[in-house]
Amino acid sequence: MFRRTLPMILAFTVGVFMIVQFFVPHPQLQMLYNMVLDWKQVVFGCVLIVGTMTLIRHHALRVRFRKQGYGYSIIALASLFAMVLAAIFWGIETGPYSWLFTNVQVPGQATMFSLLGFFIATAAYRSFRARNVTATLLLLSGVIVMLGRVPAGENMVIGGVSLADLATWILDYPNTAAKRGILIGVGLGMTSTALKIIIGIEQSYLGKGE
Amino acid sequence: MHLSPEPGVWLAAILTLAGFSFLWKDNPMFKVMEHMLVGVSAGYYLVQYAYSAIFKKLYVPLVKQGNLLFAGCAVLGLMAFARLFPKRSWLSRYPVAFYVAAGAGYSVPSTIQARVIKQMQVTMINVFDQGSLGAGVSSFLLFVGVITVLLYFFFSAEHRGPLGAASKIGIVTLMIGFGASFGYTVMSRITLLIGRFQFLLGDWLGFL
Repeated sequence: MFRRTLPMILAFTVGVFMIVQFFVPHPQLQMLYNMVLDWKQVVFGCVLIVGTMTLIRHHALRVRFRKQGYGYSIIALASLFAMVLAAIFWGIETGPYSWLFTNVQVPGQATMFSLLGFFIATAAYRSFRARNVTATLLLLSGVIVMLGRVPAGENMVIGGVSLADLATWILDYPNTAAKRGILIGVGLGMTSTALKIIIGIEQSYLGKGE
Repeated sequence: MHLSPEPGVWLAAILTLAGFSFLWKDNPMFKVMEHMLVGVSAGYYLVQYAYSAIFKKLYVPLVKQGNLLFAGCAVLGLMAFARLFPKRSWLSRYPVAFYVAAGAGYSVPSTIQARVIKQMQVTMINVFDQGSLGAGVSSFLLFVGVITVLLYFFFSAEHRGPLGAASKIGIVTLMIGFGASFGYTVMSRITLLIGRFQFLLGDWLGFL
């Protein structure tokens, strides 16, 4: 009862309320709706803290039992606590917290994402083969968009049309058509999954067992 | 050449080079950078959400404004911590159920509106009112593309005859779209790469 049924009743009540409020613009209901959104943020904040505590526990156990590569765990923990302490003592707008964000997180994330460029390119080199018509279309549209987005591509002309214009047309029309079709399908899928969660058919978020 | 005197620029440059060293192979320099990034990112988001969610949305209304309705929210938040204790972890189902259901309920009308109705609305436009023949033909192709892509994902009937022909056009549209998305993603990553090289050669080494 308390372990599965009540959480499901809570999910049903909150879910139905969130749908109903969309169609009833009453001020009291809107106030309640805003409160639910605030509660949602607080719950997310608490869940994020739980996740961070799990991360800390994982690395702390690695350090405690001197597992292979535990030195890296010390670096991860030191960086995490440095950010928290910097925010507590110097604030978040300026000082070491902002400095670490600018000089560690921003370049680190940009480097990681730029690394993906190499891996995508090498994976494409190995897998892109013009085996049939559809694979050729995939290859051609990819090459046209890549070439059309660099300065050299602006000077290349195919059949009187510049590669840059062709790339823009592909992005604006066939690409939009594909994305829009997928988006509509995803939207219908999301709606049905949401309804399954609210009426209790989908329960995987509750985990297994009692 | 004019090396930067800024310690922050040096740290960022060393971390950038450590990141790129992974192209050679996995090595201690990369692992140090990776773990530092994990720690700093976790700390950053922890502080951001602790401030914007816990402090602003819970502490201020409950403690400073005395709005006792937020006590329920505090209880739900505390229940999330039960996840850390295996015997009491079932208590964390309440905040999870609340969060998932609030998100699901919120997404039903907004998804239908933004991802279905709005997308259909901008697809079904008057092709004769597009200003030029080229724009009209392109808009018609867009309409045909969307319909055929949807038909390709329609699995309630066998893809033969007219449905088979339509789904083939759908595959062609999807392939062109995937190729374009791939090319666009590669170029966005290359832009980031160029940005990192501009930083290394300009901000750090002073060549640019």
